[in-house]
Amino acid sequence: MSDIKEFSPAKRRMYMLLSEYWIVLVFLLIYGIFIILEPLCFSLPFLSSTLNYMTEILILGVGVMFVVITAGIDLSIGPVEGAVGVGAALTMRSLVPVVGVPLAITAGVIVGILMGMVIGLLNGLIVTKMKLAPFIATLGMSVILTGSGYIFNNGLEVVGLPKVLARLGNMQFFGFIGTTTIVAWTVWLIFGIILKHTRFGVITYAYGSNPESTARAGINVDRHLIKVFMISSTLAALSGVLLIFRFNTGSPIAGANVTLYAIASCIIGGTSVLGGRGKMIGTLIGAAIISILVTGLVMLGVQTYWQQVATGLIIIFSVYADQLRQRNAFM
Amino acid sequence: MSKVLLKVSGVSKSFGHVQALKDVNFELNEGEVLGLVGDNGAGKSTFIKILSGVHRKDKGEIIFDGDTVDFSSPSESIEAGFETVYQDLALAPDLPIYSNMFLGREMLRKGILGKLGFVDKDGMRKSVEKNIKKLKATLNHVDQEVGTLSGGQRQSVAITRAVIWGKKVIIMDEPTAALGVEESAKVLEIVKELKQHGITVIFISHTMPHVLEVSDKICVLRLGFTVANLNAAETTYEEVVEYITGARSQIEG
Repeated sequence: MSDIKEFSPAKRRMYMLLSEYWIVLVFLLIYGIFIILEPLCFSLPFLSSTLNYMTEILILGVGVMFVVITAGIDLSIGPVEGAVGVGAALTMRSLVPVVGVPLAITAGVIVGILMGMVIGLLNGLIVTKMKLAPFIATLGMSVILTGSGYIFNNGLEVVGLPKVLARLGNMQFFGFIGTTTIVAWTVWLIFGIILKHTRFGVITYAYGSNPESTARAGINVDRHLIKVFMISSTLAALSGVLLIFRFNTGSPIAGANVTLYAIASCIIGGTSVLGGRGKMIGTLIGAAIISILVTGLVMLGVQTYWQQVATGLIIIFSVYADQLRQRNAFM
Repeated sequence: MSKVLLKVSGVSKSFGHVQALKDVNFELNEGEVLGLVGDNGAGKSTFIKILSGVHRKDKGEIIFDGDTVDFSSPSESIEAGFETVYQDLALAPDLPIYSNMFLGREMLRKGILGKLGFVDKDGMRKSVEKNIKKLKATLNHVDQEVGTLSGGQRQSVAITRAVIWGKKVIIMDEPTAALGVEESAKVLEIVKELKQHGITVIFISHTMPHVLEVSDKICVLRLGFTVANLNAAETTYEEVVEYITGARSQIEG
């Protein structure tokens, strides 16, 4: 019994806080170094472009985090962006002459989101009914979607979209907060609340922690898992639609590299790939670290490939630190 | 006060050619503890699975609370008022104690937030704290993750969960098997506490002193038969073991 008493809730809470602060400190350290090397990093324009760059990783990261908490993975989120981008853009372009610009844009957004929901439903059905591991199911889906993105428009970007898209997508509020930033942080907040305060969130953690006991508690775990995959894909679709607004085109190569960054943002932020644990604030910080590495290195005039090297190192060390913490907490 | 809550007579079950249960009988009053004992393969687990709705009996009759019951699924058994605390406890280690106790039956906030699925964490904490106190379980903090608890404390969580849900019968499958002396003692205390609160317990164990300590009645199974129904106060360790090993029997043949 004595070993249990030593780890009082207060002490355990301190460990938890420390591990969360640890990753905040990493962010501040990186940002501090950038500011020392290039004082211009301490400016609103720099902040603005970092926030803007971060939106894609953040939205994808929030969605895939639900899957990671269930001890699964969704490798199809990047390709969802590409396929949805082309699909939604084609819908808009072909409907503009028929129903006018506002309705065509609305229809395109709806088609894009629906595509995301259907893809998530398929991922979920493959995992729960065909009993394939999420890794395999979504790997297959990602390849299918990459191909589909090219097929939809013969491998070309969809151009010639209404200019109003880019105007809407690149508005600035308070001089430095872009449209996509607002959408991304809203998504982060809403899904953070769902994860922390609703029954849906509790079941997500419970499934990742012990799928067997969750099923025995009378929960329809298959249906829950399908919903989780739908959140991941639908948010990826939203991100794909936002890219159309940002760049005024629908590109099949959108999202080609972003899948692993999104997953990395969760993992850096403390979400366990073994399932059952992870906090939304961590994913935000993870996405911020990955993003500031890019924008900061650009400011310094360093090749941005170094960002990948640094991100990789941070993934390894953050998970290592998390493991140390867990070992301490459980012993 | 002591009305018959559960009456089992002539229950049998076979799987293909293997007849796991041949003739199980016992009678249990409200608030009593039944020790269900027997060697490996005697049919204890099969019988428990019939009560918890995992298997369906072939023959025989189970009368529960005045009604004849025949559960075709675990949810029917749960609904009727049975709760099984499994050997592997069915807990989610990453979740706090209170979440585990309300898993699948979360308390929701009042009004529109509740309709949106917002959980009432404080309400659940309070209910759990109240019940922990009631059962005198040694759990310090309801926010503690179950993964950080000792084996005995996990048992307490699983048992308290059953109590919170107002179950009439709690089936405990080898609750002390993996526990040390001190921890086992605590679990036995909780079983006695359950009795104080009028909850009926079916206690399956290989550890005879534990069975004798908490049980009112003992049902001995051997090769699928009930070979003895004993009054725990009037029997001895040796006698129970003789029935288990077949050296003695209350039935013929």
